[in-house]
Amino acid sequence: MKQLELRRKLLKLYFDAKCGHIACSLSCLDLLIALFGQKKEDERVILSKGHAAGALYVMLNHIGEISDNMLTTFYQNGTKLSAHPSANSFTNIPFALGSLGHGFPIASGMAKAKKINRDSDFVYVLMSDGETNEGTTWEAAHFAVANRLDNLIVIIDRNRLQGFGGTDSVLGDTAAAEKWQAIGFNVQEVDGHDLKALEKSIQRCKQENLGSPHVIIANTIKGKGVDYMENKMEWHYLPMNEEQYENAMLSLEKVYYA
Amino acid sequence: MRKEFAAKIGQLFESDDKLVFLTGDLGYNALEEIQSKYSDRFINAGVAEQNMVGLASGLAYEGHPSFVYSIAPFAVYRTLEQIRLDVCIHNHAVCIVGNGGGYGYGIMGATHHANEDLACLSPLPNMVCWVPAFSEDVEYCLDQIVTRKGPAYLRLGLGVSYPQPVKIGLINQVIKSTKKPRLTIITQGPVVKNAIKALEGVEDVDLFSMLTLPILDFTPELKNSIESTQNVLVIEEHTERGGLAEHLLMRLTREKLRLNQFEAFNAKGYPSKTYGSQDFHWKESGLDVESIQNYLANN
Repeated sequence: MKQLELRRKLLKLYFDAKCGHIACSLSCLDLLIALFGQKKEDERVILSKGHAAGALYVMLNHIGEISDNMLTTFYQNGTKLSAHPSANSFTNIPFALGSLGHGFPIASGMAKAKKINRDSDFVYVLMSDGETNEGTTWEAAHFAVANRLDNLIVIIDRNRLQGFGGTDSVLGDTAAAEKWQAIGFNVQEVDGHDLKALEKSIQRCKQENLGSPHVIIANTIKGKGVDYMENKMEWHYLPMNEEQYENAMLSLEKVYYA
Repeated sequence: MRKEFAAKIGQLFESDDKLVFLTGDLGYNALEEIQSKYSDRFINAGVAEQNMVGLASGLAYEGHPSFVYSIAPFAVYRTLEQIRLDVCIHNHAVCIVGNGGGYGYGIMGATHHANEDLACLSPLPNMVCWVPAFSEDVEYCLDQIVTRKGPAYLRLGLGVSYPQPVKIGLINQVIKSTKKPRLTIITQGPVVKNAIKALEGVEDVDLFSMLTLPILDFTPELKNSIESTQNVLVIEEHTERGGLAEHLLMRLTREKLRLNQFEAFNAKGYPSKTYGSQDFHWKESGLDVESIQNYLANN
């Protein structure tokens, strides 16, 4: 089962590197699985929430772009796998991302280029809900609607936790569906850990390309699959010790074999 | 230079159907023809400069070299992180076009001035800043930008025409060359016209105009002049930090060129806390003809 297999890899990756950004990678891993399952080879997924690099790296390992050997270099000096994705090394990492609010404008430019080129491919951009605090989100959103970028699919990992608080306690839910609807997006809200539902919503975007850009608001759980990390902001930052790693692996078994 | 810029962009668009032009809702009375003729490749991205630079990077990634146009401070400061991360690190063919560099927007006030733009952009990876001094330079700069393909900044201003035939196509242009110079003046941008005026009737001073930062080319003519005078005056419409003077000092040191005297006239902000035309601010900063003449008389 892909969800379990990639989560195991992800936890091992972060445990070996003794580093954080675990929970925010777990919250969007299923989104990446769905996106890479649906996208054509030449299509690009822009991981705008670059702090979930680990999730992207295990995904690219799964499709063969990053070898097992290279994966072990994560976080080490001399690696191509920095904590946030770096530039100019992998086809499926077209841009260095990690400063929030950059991926959506870039993806919009790529989608606009495809319109100019009369290319029917899609562009996907994966953002965090905290990231929608960034003003560029709303610059790009209006641009995408005004330019009828129906080949652009935005997926928001809405885990309702951001850097230093719950989204409700910081700026409110800046990823709320009404906001995107009001601007003119084709909006869907979906369980972000239900692969079938995610795949269906991506397919719907591809079928309903009638001039509006698409947003899939994926309701997710930060730390999904590791019971003691779920919905806990601190697991944005903390590394696991050995005991925690063992418990995390056990928790995965319970969730995905139950 | 807007007229020359628009004309050259028109030519480039005619010969290359990949080029894309983005504007931050500006270009009235200059860009209408390009807008109507190339409507599919002319994008008004609205008053949203950060997004505009991100868009340009995405377009460049997909094979469309892009121009991003706004008033210089909006094109540079608002978007600096996008320029650094989305454009420069990936070496994308995106040209940031800043209209009215320096005090070019005059009485419009400090919001519309850009006197630190080159300090912000010139250290970025792969970036070349182009600062035309004369209207005729715009065409050469754009040809270079399109040929070189990487990140670029084009700082437009109000340029005059060449005073006499000079060699177009040099990154440091010889504006005036004398047999036995006592001083080498190096300027950047349209402020060169003040130096030309101040040097009328002066026969022992060499004058150069430097088109780029970083300094891409250090011609034998410039080197010979400095070797012979060991006396350099830089005149730049930019802050002292990060502009031509600092770049040049590093270069001269590396070239092991010995100097007896070095002076730089720079933009000094708003010393009297009052505002006016570009000429007014040049005078306030000591970049005007009279200040240059005074320096020549005393040095």
